[in-house]
Amino acid sequence: MSKNKGLTSLNDRSAAIPPFVPAADDDRIICRCEEVTKGEIRKAVHAGLWTLTEIRRYLRCGMGLCQGQTCAKLVKGIIARELGVSPALIEPATSRSPMRPTEMEVIANESEVDFK
Amino acid sequence: MKRVDLIVIGAGPAGLSAAIEASSRGLSTVVFDENARPGGQLFKQIHKFFGSKEHKAKIRGFRIGQTLLDEAGKAGVDVVLNATVMGIYMEKEVVVRIGKAIEHIKADAIIVATGASENMVTFKGWTLPGVIGAGAAQTMMNLHGIKPGSRILMLGTGNVGLVVSFQLLQAGCEVVALADAAPSIGGYGVHAAKVARTGVPFYLSHTIVEAEGTDHVTGVTIAEVDHSFNFIPGTEKHFDVDTICVAVGLSPMSQLLKMAGCKMEDNPKRGGQVPIIDEHGATSVPGIFAAGDVAGIEEASSAMIEGRQAGLYASEYLGYIQDDTFGEGEADLDAALSGLRQGMFAPGNKGKVIEKTDEGIPVSTSLLHHGFVADDEIERFPGVTHRSGVHPVIECTQNIPCNPCQDACPKKCIEVGEHITALPHINEDNPCINCGMCVASCPGQAIFLIDEDCGDGTAEITLPYEFLPVPEEGTAGTALSRDGNPVCPATVVKLRTSKAFDQTVLLTMKVPKACAMQARFFKAN
Repeated sequence: MSKNKGLTSLNDRSAAIPPFVPAADDDRIICRCEEVTKGEIRKAVHAGLWTLTEIRRYLRCGMGLCQGQTCAKLVKGIIARELGVSPALIEPATSRSPMRPTEMEVIANESEVDFK
Repeated sequence: MKRVDLIVIGAGPAGLSAAIEASSRGLSTVVFDENARPGGQLFKQIHKFFGSKEHKAKIRGFRIGQTLLDEAGKAGVDVVLNATVMGIYMEKEVVVRIGKAIEHIKADAIIVATGASENMVTFKGWTLPGVIGAGAAQTMMNLHGIKPGSRILMLGTGNVGLVVSFQLLQAGCEVVALADAAPSIGGYGVHAAKVARTGVPFYLSHTIVEAEGTDHVTGVTIAEVDHSFNFIPGTEKHFDVDTICVAVGLSPMSQLLKMAGCKMEDNPKRGGQVPIIDEHGATSVPGIFAAGDVAGIEEASSAMIEGRQAGLYASEYLGYIQDDTFGEGEADLDAALSGLRQGMFAPGNKGKVIEKTDEGIPVSTSLLHHGFVADDEIERFPGVTHRSGVHPVIECTQNIPCNPCQDACPKKCIEVGEHITALPHINEDNPCINCGMCVASCPGQAIFLIDEDCGDGTAEITLPYEFLPVPEEGTAGTALSRDGNPVCPATVVKLRTSKAFDQTVLLTMKVPKACAMQARFFKAN
C-alpha cells in the first residue's frame, strides 16, 4: 500500500484511496468476541468508513465481551494501512459507560449499601 | 450519594502508593479495583526487582506487593475489591459496580491508575486454544500454580517476554525458543542471558508464520523477516509446541480518562493512547490525576513513585498540604523517578541504537542478537577481572538503573558509584570473603564467584540457582556456557541457602580450570 501523503485529516473524505484488493489473510479473525474478519474490516474502509467508531457501529468489532481491549489496536492498524496513514492519526473509539460488559439487572440495581 | 475526598481507581502499585500518600495526608480515600485481589501485577512477579535500595531493589515483586498492602492498611486506606468502575461523569461522579449493584460516589479528586493490557498480534491460527498472553501465563503459574503448557514458544523479547520465559523454565516448562520480529532483544541483557545460558535459543528478526493444530496448538512455524517485516521464503523453522506465549507489549487502559474529558494523545513512546499530564500526573481536567502504566508504559518501580507523586499533588490540590511541608517529599520523589529513567533503556532512548556504554565500551552485539555475551566480548567489561582466590565476576554489560551489588558487598569490593546506571567495577584493593551476598543480590543473576585455579587443575564457580529440584552436593552434571551449550563436566561441591539470599540458592560447581571463564550454568546428568 502506497503512503497516502495527501491525507492529513480523516475528515477529508475527498481524498481517494486505492481500490480494495483481496488478500490471502482476509479470512483471519481480528475481533474474536464478535467474529469479525480482517477482510470485512478492510472492505469497510474502502466503503468509506475511516474511523474506529464508524467501523465499530458497522461491523460490531470491539463491541463484545472484551470491549475492544484486544482488537482495538489491531483494527486501528488495519485502517491505517488501508488509508496509508500513521496509526496515530486514527482516533480511538468513543469511551463510554459501562467500561465493562454489565448485565441489565445490575445496571438497574442502584445500591444503598455502604461499602465503608 | 456518598462523598469522599479522593477516589483512586486501580489497586496496583501506582494506585496503592497514591492512596497511601493521600491517606497519610488526611484525605478520606477509597480505592476501587475490579480484581478479586489487590496489588495489580505485583503478585505475579516472583523475580527480584532492579533499582536501588530506595526503589526496593533486589526484593521480589510479590513481597513489595505485600509491603504496600500492609502500608495501605496502616494508613487506613479503604480498598474495595471486585469493584468495577463503569464510568466517570461530570463533577467527578464515579459509577462503580460492586457485586450485583451499582454505587454512585463523588470525590473532589480522582487518581486513575488502571494500568495496561496486553497487546496481541495476529497470525494464522492465533485464535487456537494454546495461544496465550505472557501475562496469562504468569497468572496461571504464579497466582494459581498451574503449568500453562509443556512445550512453549515465546514471541517477544522485551522484559516481559524474557522474565516470563525464565519463570516458565522455573515452573518446569520447556521453552523451545524466543522469537522477536525486531532485529535485537528489547529487554535487559541480563534477563536474556539467564534464559540463554539454560540452552534456550533466540531468533531475532523472526516472527510467527502459523500456529498449527485443529482444536488446540500442536506446533508453530516461525520465519525470518526482512526490514519491512515481510517473511523471507526458505527461512521457516518448525517447533512442536502445545503453547505459544505472546509478549508483544502493553497498551494503557486509558478509556476512563478519555471518558472523563482529559486531553489525550497517541504517543507510541508511552505505549498508545495516554492522557497529557504534567510532571505531577495532573491531567487537563483539574483534580483528575493519572499514575502508572495508564499514563505511559514503564514498570512497577516507577509506577509506585508516580503514584506517590499523584497522591501528594492530589493532597495539595485539595489543600491538605501546607506550602512549607511540600517541598521535601516532592524533591525526593522527583530524584527517585529520574534515577529510574536513566540508562540505555530510558523512555527517551526507545528505538535508538546504542553502540557504546556510558563508559565508552562497545556494547555486546552478541547479547543483543543471541541473548548472551560472547567469550571474546566479556573481558572488556569492568566487572570482569581476574585474580587469585575467590573473586566476583560481574557480567553486567548494559547501563541500567540498578545497584544492589555495591550495597550487598560487606567488604566494598564492588563499586557502581554515584550514577546508578554505571557498570559495576571491582575494587581490587578490597578482599573478597566469598560470602555470596553479591551473587544473591543481583536481580539480573549476572554475578558469579569464581576461583579460577584451585591448585589441582580445577576451578570453582558459584552461581545463583533458582530451579527445583536443587541438585544435591556431589551431583555430577554438565556445565553450560553462556550460550547454553555443554562445555565440560561439572560436579556440585557446595550449596548455600540463607534468609538473606531470599530463596536464591548459591550453587558451587567444580569444573576443569580451562573452563573457568566459560561455564555459567549447571545441568544435572
